[in-house]
Amino acid sequence: MRAMVYRGPYKIRVEEKPKPRIEHPNDAIIRVALGAVCGSDLHLYHGMMPDTRVGTTFGHEFIGVVDEVGPSVRNLQPGDRVMVPFNVFCGTCYFCARGLYSNCHNVNPNATAVGGIYGYSHTCGGYDGGQAEYVRVPFADVGPMVIPEWLHDEDAMMLTDALPTGYFGAQLGDITEGDAVVVLGAGPVGLFAARSAWLMGASRVIVVDHLDYRLEMARTFAHAETVNFAEHDDVVVHLKRTTDHLGADVVIDAVGAEADGNFLQHVTATKLKLQGGSPVALNWAIDAVRKGGTVAVVGAYGPMFSAVKFGDALNKGLTLRMNQCPVRRQWPRLLEHIQAGHFQPRDIVTHRIPLEDIGEAYHLFSAKLDNIVKPLIVMDPA
Amino acid sequence: MRKDSHVPYTADAPQRPSAEELRARIPGWGADLDPADRPSVPREQFLPTGAHWTMPEDQPGQPGQAERERSIEHGRLPPVYGTSVPLRGLSGAIRHHAYRRYSEARAAHWLLLLGADRVDAVESHLASLLSTRPDNPVTKTGVQSELGQGPLRSRFGQHRADAGHHVIDPVLIAGPWVLAGGAAYGAIKFLRRRAAARR
Repeated sequence: MRAMVYRGPYKIRVEEKPKPRIEHPNDAIIRVALGAVCGSDLHLYHGMMPDTRVGTTFGHEFIGVVDEVGPSVRNLQPGDRVMVPFNVFCGTCYFCARGLYSNCHNVNPNATAVGGIYGYSHTCGGYDGGQAEYVRVPFADVGPMVIPEWLHDEDAMMLTDALPTGYFGAQLGDITEGDAVVVLGAGPVGLFAARSAWLMGASRVIVVDHLDYRLEMARTFAHAETVNFAEHDDVVVHLKRTTDHLGADVVIDAVGAEADGNFLQHVTATKLKLQGGSPVALNWAIDAVRKGGTVAVVGAYGPMFSAVKFGDALNKGLTLRMNQCPVRRQWPRLLEHIQAGHFQPRDIVTHRIPLEDIGEAYHLFSAKLDNIVKPLIVMDPA
Repeated sequence: MRKDSHVPYTADAPQRPSAEELRARIPGWGADLDPADRPSVPREQFLPTGAHWTMPEDQPGQPGQAERERSIEHGRLPPVYGTSVPLRGLSGAIRHHAYRRYSEARAAHWLLLLGADRVDAVESHLASLLSTRPDNPVTKTGVQSELGQGPLRSRFGQHRADAGHHVIDPVLIAGPWVLAGGAAYGAIKFLRRRAAARR
């Protein structure tokens, strides 16, 4: 089969790989119809995630058709068109039994601190991802879901990670009616977090980024006020001034490990890999939220230490909440929102790129060229 | 901000738009207003998952997977795991040591893994030179996408904060190839000189 293959930092290519096979009785093999490059894939592409092995296929956002199922699979059959959450999870371990699917203990030998994620290094279990013609999906009875007839394929794609993660970020903020919410990052997750904040009763939503075209989408898609941090000497002071000198009630970090805004922090973290991630967004969140407020983190960070201003978080009495999103838990409600017309997730898709050109997709997305917000990888244009 | 506001120096709360105003302006505003009625509330709760096992059966081992590396914080090998790229070569030995010796709590664990990733890249580039499909240092970077996609328009006059370190990327990407090429050229030159001296 054709598959994207990682060849080292900033280097990928498409090559022939053996088609995946059933390795466990509850596996399914999915023929991928649509994939995507996620902002967090860029952390792998840039060589930031420990134990990212040459030869790995990335991609944790994909939908497709069931090609083959293992002998114990009951809920799917070949031919079913399914969306697959980015979490690999068993459904019955101590953590899954409590709804913490992203923290499953039965799927990742390489680390106990993180569950399994498709195509996200061996630190996340060593599973190949969906930027390929076929992908192995473990625990097919608990992860994938047949795509409802009425749901557009590109909306289903957004449900595999970006939309639930953004929506989950808003939930972590524990937003109550009237709250002022700041979202750091106007990528797909930030846009969905901003849109979700309104659903939960926010009275103001302010999105912070440094790319004008993404901020334009924050205004049009997420109905948010916007701040370009590159236009301000000190964005925290600006945010304080625009929130009555209180600070926001809730700040959502939808940026993660490669935050810009401080050259030294960015270079030491992303270029020199001396930190698990640039702490710029997280520190801005801690500084910009009001005392007693909540910082929600859904941006991805690596397992190494980062220079986080923890003393400020302590002194301000903040609540810090974070996790990888347990995607399956969000789907029923998000499907209701889409069906009710509250938003159309595919509105944020800007690029549709064939698998053979995925190297260009990564470069475009990494360098933020051509006003790219969300690139999909098209497997079967038919 | 209102000029007469004393927020936060008095107990006054900031003035905010009313629910009616927001409902009229934002589709779906307040649909999830009740904090108790959200999918991840309460955070820990049992929900049916479709699983029909108490403990998943073990994934059968495969050739080369008998010694599947695992965190020493695990009490056992989890029943299911990825099999994408088994350990191999020097990078595999470094990774094996990182998993066997250090827990996830130790910086050494992660630094060794990051180091092994760099070794893996070098090993793989060298191995590719002996294959029918050697690594192409240009096309693998996707740099061709710069053409026709507004590389200057996208980077300049846009208030971008990252333009300053964009220049570092080509150095990081091309640097090792340039150094390796220089080393190879130097080695060949040295051997030629030696051969000439012997004649």
